[in-house]
Amino acid sequence: MTAPLLSVEDLVVEHRTPGRPLVRAVAGASLHVAAGEVVGLVGESGCGKSTLARAVCGLHRAASGRIRVGGHPVTPLGLRRRDPALTGVQMVFQDPYSSLNPRRRVGAQIADGLRTAGDTTTSPADLLERVGLPRAFAGRYPHEFSGGQRQRIAIARALAARPSLLIGDEPISALDASAQAQVARLMRDLAVESGAGLLFISHDLSVVRLIADRIAVMYLGKIVETGPTAQVWADPKHPYTRALLAAIPSPDGAGVLPAELPGDVPDPADPPAGCRFHPRCPLVMDVCREREPDFGPVACWLHEREPSVPS
Amino acid sequence: MTTALTIEGLRVSIGGHDVLHGVDLTLEAGRVHGLAGESGSGKTMTGLAVLGLLPHGSRVSGRITFGGRNLLEMPVRELNEVRGAKIAMVFQDPATSLHPMLTVERQLTEHMRHHLGVGRKEARERAAGLLAKVRIPGPEEALKRYPHQFSGGMRQRIAIAVALACEPEVLIADEPTTALDVTVQAGILRLLRGLCDELGLAVLLVTHDLGVMSAVADEVSVMKDGRVVETGPRGRVLREPRHPYTRSLLDALPVPPGENSP
Repeated sequence: MTAPLLSVEDLVVEHRTPGRPLVRAVAGASLHVAAGEVVGLVGESGCGKSTLARAVCGLHRAASGRIRVGGHPVTPLGLRRRDPALTGVQMVFQDPYSSLNPRRRVGAQIADGLRTAGDTTTSPADLLERVGLPRAFAGRYPHEFSGGQRQRIAIARALAARPSLLIGDEPISALDASAQAQVARLMRDLAVESGAGLLFISHDLSVVRLIADRIAVMYLGKIVETGPTAQVWADPKHPYTRALLAAIPSPDGAGVLPAELPGDVPDPADPPAGCRFHPRCPLVMDVCREREPDFGPVACWLHEREPSVPS
Repeated sequence: MTTALTIEGLRVSIGGHDVLHGVDLTLEAGRVHGLAGESGSGKTMTGLAVLGLLPHGSRVSGRITFGGRNLLEMPVRELNEVRGAKIAMVFQDPATSLHPMLTVERQLTEHMRHHLGVGRKEARERAAGLLAKVRIPGPEEALKRYPHQFSGGMRQRIAIAVALACEPEVLIADEPTTALDVTVQAGILRLLRGLCDELGLAVLLVTHDLGVMSAVADEVSVMKDGRVVETGPRGRVLREPRHPYTRSLLDALPVPPGENSP
């Protein structure tokens, strides 16, 4: 197996706010994405999945750990021109209402991406066509479009830079239900078609299931379980993954209320000792309160002896 | 079974465009009526019409009967006695439906004191009781806090408490769990179902999520382009849909977990 396109090793990202305790949003997370692979990163809000994505883009400084894209270490984004090796990382943000510049025509914004890649043959209209929008839209402004259309434009802009790694940070959560699955599928198809890796972050498991080859489940700054999508779905190992899947109501008309996971996500500024999930875990054991399980692919003391699957 | 509210032939047009083309719905006390459909099908407009909250310049016709009277013909003054008190609403996004600069106590007691005429002290006690009912830990302390100090799920619980403060008979919940994580959603759905059974509330649950619908609704209506295309008991509509549109909605769903075919 070749070296993964993106490798994140023991990444720690801390948020410092004056007068507040230090928050470890990402507390030692490891993740790999291969070229042409779609990895879905799921977890509840506040678990650090967006922070992890932003660190991969260089929008947050890593306190410790390593992030490498195609063998190059990722440096924090500064005022200077980005290292050309890193312009292959492109991000589609959550809110297409604020990620597009309202005062520039969408064609000009897509052209920025083309210029980054040194592409002089493709026109912005070509990219609009690839994301399923009419070519003539290049001359319009973002306010003329719906949320779903804007997100397609943001995807076109990211693709214009010829990314080797595309990151979607909750790219569908601001969209209407009917547009969500469409946009998610579009991102997958375009990324796989161009041979790029896709790190798709979402709290909507049903959509991640549709498009991801592999799922990584994050809880309070740590990846607690990774595995092929079908396997995680059919046989979730970590109690947290089980709780997440059990909470999805199924439209079978049976009137079964979904299982509730008691409690809230603990404050990341003051994580519980031992396993981070132990205060909410239905299968908690003594060892969970004392020692943190720091192994994979399932970080749970119940699965300590699982054979490790190369990721 | 007692009928709490009926909507008959509700038509709404905004700026010359017809949004609703004659909607009929019946809400029963102690039952959850789910209203499904894609965005733009008129689900939210139906909910807003009941409370007289439609945008300015909209033209409404038809009949919404509550307590023997037509809400659409009621003078604003009398309508104000009903909405917020007898008919309450929970909105999609608890981050924007609660006032960020008022304490939880103020938001829970203001309309209570207005509608029920209770004193400050009694209102405060009732507010603490409501927070306990929606399972907010430490209700007394929670009253002094502001919305930003709570998580999304807790905020939605507070928004439900606000809606329940004046002991309404009808609760309109417009996508109450769409902005929440699945684990939190499960808790809110259990809460809504429990309140409906315990207080005999008639709930109109507007949602696009057929899974949510299947979990809590007793009756399901499916809307398309401003019309109700199918109404019936939950099990029947979701398992043996009669209208092709309902079938297409169900076919568009990803395979539910537990069935292992890709």
